[in-house]
Amino acid sequence: MPLSSSLFGQKFALTERDLESYLAEALSKGGDYADLYFEYLATASISLDESIIKSATQGVTLGVGIRVLSGERTGYAYSDDLSPDKIRKAARTAACIANGPATQLTAGLTSVEKHDLYNVATLAGDTPLADRAQLVKRADAAARAHDPRVFQVQAVYADTVRHVLVASSDGKLSIDRQPMARMNVSVLAREVGGVPQRGYAGGGGRIGLDFFTGDHSPEKFATDAARQAIVQLHAIDAPTGEMTVVFGPGWPGILLHEAVGHGLEADFNRKGVSAFSGRVGQKVASELCTVVDDGTIASRRGSLNVDDEGEPTKQNVLIEKGVLRGYLTDKLSARLTNAKSTGSGRRESYQHYPMPRMTNTFMLAGESDPEEILKSVRNGLYCANFGGGQVDITSGNFVFSASESFLIEDGKLTTPVRGATLIGNGPEALKYVSMVGNDLKLDQGIGVCGKEGQSVPVGVGIPTIKVDKMTVGGTR
Amino acid sequence: MTLLEASQTAIAIAMRKGATAAECTIAEGEEFSATVRLGEVETIKEAGSRGAGLRVLKGRKQGSSYTSDLSEDGLARMADAALAIAEITEEDPFAGLPEKEELGQIDGDLQLAADDVANVEAAARIDAAKRAEGAALKADERIANSEGAGCETYTGTRVFANSLGFSGAYTSTNASLSVTPVAKQGDAMERDYWHTTSRSWAGMESPEDVGRIAAERAVRRLGARKIETQKATIVFEPRVAKSILGHIFEAVSGDSIYRKSSFLLDKIDEQIAAPNVTVIDDATVPGWFGTSPFDDEGVPTRRTPVIEGGVLKNYLLNTYTARKLGLKTTGCAARGLTGAPGVGHGTLYLEAGSKTPEEIFAAVGTGLYVTELIGFGVNVVTGDYSRGAAGLWIEDGKLSYPVAEITIAGNLGEMLCDIVHIGSDLEFRGSTCAPTIAIANMTISGK
Repeated sequence: MPLSSSLFGQKFALTERDLESYLAEALSKGGDYADLYFEYLATASISLDESIIKSATQGVTLGVGIRVLSGERTGYAYSDDLSPDKIRKAARTAACIANGPATQLTAGLTSVEKHDLYNVATLAGDTPLADRAQLVKRADAAARAHDPRVFQVQAVYADTVRHVLVASSDGKLSIDRQPMARMNVSVLAREVGGVPQRGYAGGGGRIGLDFFTGDHSPEKFATDAARQAIVQLHAIDAPTGEMTVVFGPGWPGILLHEAVGHGLEADFNRKGVSAFSGRVGQKVASELCTVVDDGTIASRRGSLNVDDEGEPTKQNVLIEKGVLRGYLTDKLSARLTNAKSTGSGRRESYQHYPMPRMTNTFMLAGESDPEEILKSVRNGLYCANFGGGQVDITSGNFVFSASESFLIEDGKLTTPVRGATLIGNGPEALKYVSMVGNDLKLDQGIGVCGKEGQSVPVGVGIPTIKVDKMTVGGTR
Repeated sequence: MTLLEASQTAIAIAMRKGATAAECTIAEGEEFSATVRLGEVETIKEAGSRGAGLRVLKGRKQGSSYTSDLSEDGLARMADAALAIAEITEEDPFAGLPEKEELGQIDGDLQLAADDVANVEAAARIDAAKRAEGAALKADERIANSEGAGCETYTGTRVFANSLGFSGAYTSTNASLSVTPVAKQGDAMERDYWHTTSRSWAGMESPEDVGRIAAERAVRRLGARKIETQKATIVFEPRVAKSILGHIFEAVSGDSIYRKSSFLLDKIDEQIAAPNVTVIDDATVPGWFGTSPFDDEGVPTRRTPVIEGGVLKNYLLNTYTARKLGLKTTGCAARGLTGAPGVGHGTLYLEAGSKTPEEIFAAVGTGLYVTELIGFGVNVVTGDYSRGAAGLWIEDGKLSYPVAEITIAGNLGEMLCDIVHIGSDLEFRGSTCAPTIAIANMTISGK
């Protein structure tokens, strides 16, 4: 898309000459590199509670973030006012990180070749609000119809469209329009006089409203949330100690996100503070494990045509047959480690500077039949769904919480279990993977990853896998 | 146009365009930060931003919008967007502003802003961060690396007005310094952090103290062992004990109560914790981090006992949740710029007991001293609690070796009743504060 026909050209009359002059201002005190990140974000959200659409919001935020790199140093400033004098002021502020004669811009701006991953004919934000509101109403009705023990339903629908423009002093210009929509359903169920239990489901991606049909319909999410809550009504307390754990396909891929993904982000490794630092070429998982981070899958929540530094995203192999292959880099860490950017520079908004982040992280399918995997376990735990997780990247210890799990007894799923937390150590945990299923599944598209106060949307995925030894933290 | 005028203009426009009630929040802030690593400047960030959020009611239907464009045109577009989206919401008989007579603010100097914060030069932030990291690096030879140190100053102004005639504004300042050293022994690495935060620049603890404490914390984690699965008494240091107050907050917040999603539902006036447990929410004490003159609906803040002598006394409520429950707001409305108000708290704290941490270790004899908790394994609907933990084993009444890669688990309802010791070391370092506490009968999952 040429600048002149983009939102920034049309609405703010931004020209290439303007961009070059702002970059020159940013490098007026020297520095190795500068970039401008213009963002225009329009959002809408609709919330249902107690069968009433109680609140809804729409609005726009916009601004520009300006970054100057000088050696390992970063100067950053932003403005939520796109008038030329405010942009120049931000550029001069960021420039102060360097202290020397101006760095000359060598070339004009050339548009970056980017992917075309968002197959959205009509933006969700351009469809009538009433149509979007119907999604949460339908979810409420379906959850309540699923079982009379369902007594509370909350449903949220939200869409965003983010227009971004990145211009950098290495002569690259990228303009992208990034759509996103999702819905979530949260359900409480209880027996008469009993303790309530929660179920949760949802999905979305870089998609339009037509996504929410079939397997992604509000009814599907609602009944899945209701089913989980009902299952929990008869769950027993989680077991305690080391045992065999089988992860179901899809969202349980959060294991990879916590156990290895964060530890492979290049900023931590450049600084030598990750448990994976200096381990490229070493065995960090069983040879059944190949883990990739892929920002190029069409329509996925974690995908991007270009990352937030204007680099096209890539499919990056992190672990190949158990051997650590590489890290996820942004431009700064790539430059400081003589590597190439893996297209992993991401940021929450114009108010934040980019850092290496994951996109869609998953394990490639293996050869085992999921049924065979279950049959091979005499006693263990099967985890079908998870809540959140967290990792200490320095020690490598990670933890995450199973929201739906079952005992495995003599190769069969038996009693549902509640409140199981799993804990392990990143470079060790995947060494105990002894079977990998042929049923790779990506998640439904609700993941949010937090790092140093910045949240970005991500995806995960995994086939059914068997981990011979993992610590389960229950009370029983 | 001042920010206060802008908020009143937004309300006037909304009312003219057909709103039956409206309220507007404006936030303006300036942030300055510096990070250093291994003695060199790593990042410098300086920026300011502002934005307005508007909630409108049309009868009992509501909608909201936000903007960073505070011109009259921008405010008008925000009002149009809020009114348009209110069309798709539905009648909610409990939606609305507070009663007019509930509005107001508390008087007096609340000491939220210090003059010295605005004048801090970039060089001073860099110097403070370098000193803190330098102190950490030389505190112990096993401190082999660093994730760096950061120093931030912030000045923010918050403005709120509504169509019942309330308008108010206050400015607050904050200065903070933190450092994260990495300790190494063989192939194993451990990190920890320490930080100081204050309303004033001068009020921060010395960078050297922050660095030294961070280093001690990282070093004492080296050589951590995984221990056997067992039942034990867990001692939570203040930094992690405050997370339990966070769970109590979630369980007593009006949203959880009216949705019947709290293990403390219908427990008012019941003994829900050990008799030594008193939890207070207070947003009125000058200088504290949770203090403000009015809440985010324009209702004066106050002091509310939540648990007294182990008995549950009050839920924390905003106007909406109070109406749902047939109660009165406790001045706990909290919100960002957009959407309907949620429930927040002022300074929520657990009253101090009489024992020093060392006396608690001695009284416990054998158990686990937890210094870090990770993960999200807490369910306030059921009270189920299971989190990843690291800390030090208590043996013969004293701290001994470090422990990691374990979980601790229990049920919050039982845990509150099993609080066997409360420390004397309560410090007001944030808006949620607790002293050291010891909880009996928890499950450790390890080997």
